[in-house]
Amino acid sequence: MDDFNSETDSDYTSYWRDWFISSRGNEYFCEIDEEYLTDRFNLTGLNTEVQYYQYALDLVTDVFDLDCDDEMREQIEKSARHLYGLVHARYIVTTRGLAKMLEKFKKADFGKCPRVMCDAQPLLPMGQSDVANTSPVKLYCAKCEDLYNPKSSRHSTIDGAYFGTSFHNILFQVYPAMLPPKTQKRYEPRVFGFRVHAAAALNRWQAEQREQMKERLRQARIETGFEEEDEELESEEEMEDDIEVGEDGFEIGATAPQ
Amino acid sequence: MSSSSNVAESWISSFCGLLGHEYFAEVSEDFIEDDFNLTGLQSQVPMYKEALEMILDVEPEEDDDEEDEEEEDDDDDEVLGDEKPTGYRRAGDRRHLRMASDLSVIESSAELLYGLIHQRYITSRPGIQQMAEKYELQHFGTCPRVFCNSCKVLPVGCNDTPGQETVKLFCPCCLDVYTPPNSRFQAVDGAFFGTTFGCLFFMTFPELEIGAPRASSSGAADALLAIQSATAESKSRSSSATNSTVMPTVQPALINGTAPHNLAPGLGPGNIYEPRIYGFRVSERAKSGPRMKWLRMRPVDLTELDETRRYWEERGGDEESGPVKREQDEDANMMDAVVDGRMAVDRRKKLIGRRLRTNGSGGIGAVGSGNGNGNGGGSPMDTNGVPGVG
Repeated sequence: MDDFNSETDSDYTSYWRDWFISSRGNEYFCEIDEEYLTDRFNLTGLNTEVQYYQYALDLVTDVFDLDCDDEMREQIEKSARHLYGLVHARYIVTTRGLAKMLEKFKKADFGKCPRVMCDAQPLLPMGQSDVANTSPVKLYCAKCEDLYNPKSSRHSTIDGAYFGTSFHNILFQVYPAMLPPKTQKRYEPRVFGFRVHAAAALNRWQAEQREQMKERLRQARIETGFEEEDEELESEEEMEDDIEVGEDGFEIGATAPQ
Repeated sequence: MSSSSNVAESWISSFCGLLGHEYFAEVSEDFIEDDFNLTGLQSQVPMYKEALEMILDVEPEEDDDEEDEEEEDDDDDEVLGDEKPTGYRRAGDRRHLRMASDLSVIESSAELLYGLIHQRYITSRPGIQQMAEKYELQHFGTCPRVFCNSCKVLPVGCNDTPGQETVKLFCPCCLDVYTPPNSRFQAVDGAFFGTTFGCLFFMTFPELEIGAPRASSSGAADALLAIQSATAESKSRSSSATNSTVMPTVQPALINGTAPHNLAPGLGPGNIYEPRIYGFRVSERAKSGPRMKWLRMRPVDLTELDETRRYWEERGGDEESGPVKREQDEDANMMDAVVDGRMAVDRRKKLIGRRLRTNGSGGIGAVGSGNGNGNGGGSPMDTNGVPGVG
């Protein structure tokens, strides 16, 4: 970590940032433009958030030339990472930042949704809070609209505030074409081939909520965003469901009438 | 030939010790030796007999008497429908063949056979017990979903036929299946765990507390939601209390065969992600608005899930003429119940009270904790909360 200062690679302008985003565990970050970092307006308020703010900023922008002991260096290094993260949260909602993150999203740099029915939908990083040191980074799946913990523990220590609560939603507002079609496919718990009553009843209730939502959207003449063939399939299945329930005893856990 | 003599470990434990086989339980030899447990597997596994020998660490027999016996067994296999043209193979040939190229075939057959036996074993009493121990020790990992709070998961298959899908993880907290985080499990067949195991497990151990206790809500928004739902609940409670002299318990002790606190505790208000931009919620009407909340919903009032009772309450609770009429306009009524489910909530509340008074202790076992607990026995088949009507 210390050796980069001794190297004299002066013609390479983004040395620290380059090192930072390519180091292990920082795969979720994109590189912040030099212009963005040097525009003080973009850093408004961060000087109170970050210790040794000026040194940290110098380090991030590769103009750091303070002679200090290792302990101090370590402190500044830590501050620089924190500063980079906080600026990152602001940067990724700008046009250029969104474009960079979109590229990473397309390459599935943030991983894929672990939910089986989401069919390896690429994820986006997000935070549950915009305040630093509140909760670690989570991953958002646009297909099931839920949050997941990163697989690897090296990612679970990254602060969620470095991505923020808004970024992933803004990305899909700016690039609506990237929205995956939603799926109604779901897992049906079964025992010996029979649907389990408690889960099946909950599924039916949820399907009812979904249909109500679809009806609301239809009345407002808004696309529901669900897969076409999926819908047909589902409605057939639902009819089947109703018949089965009517006949009772088709589900484990349900009682046949005496 | 002397493969197992110099290895102290049995084939089974070495198989379960392999990288990526962490989810497997060690099937007891007693279970495998019982032919009944192997019914039908002969036709699914090539070189069945050899594979079985390998699993059980039985030394392949050398002397002539045994050889004959083996051949008789093989003939049996053919009769039973294995269409292997083994007629030309004489005993000597076979011994020769088995030594080299067959060994890898037998090895893969043994793995397939073990997997299929494993699928059956983990639904048996000793097997499910063994899996319960592994579950408690968190051998299968935890749910990746944030709102499930690292709930322990179980390995399941989405198909009972081998070669179709790899092993998945079933989370009882959100009733969903996930891909294991480590890619080494991508090589494990889901059929070796089967579709039944996941749910049967939680029906066998209904007293298991699934899902870690709710950590303090992660965001202010969630906390707010939780409060809102709580007040809504208490409102409905007070309104129903004024309507009836008997105060119905707010949540039944058992709903559809499951204790309410064990029915998908990771779902419902406070556990659904609410997309926000700079603190403002994204509208459902936006193109990128939330459309999948239903997947993580769960009624605050769980009695909404009691379809049988709901059905009868829609009908005004006339139990005597029930069953006959019921069969006639079954489907139409189920549809109705679904459509005006929300509207009927208030009406139902009153009805619960009325029914409680008229029925005394019988009737609706799902209300009143005393009744519900009575039939929460050990067997999965008894664990239903709704005793029959009439």
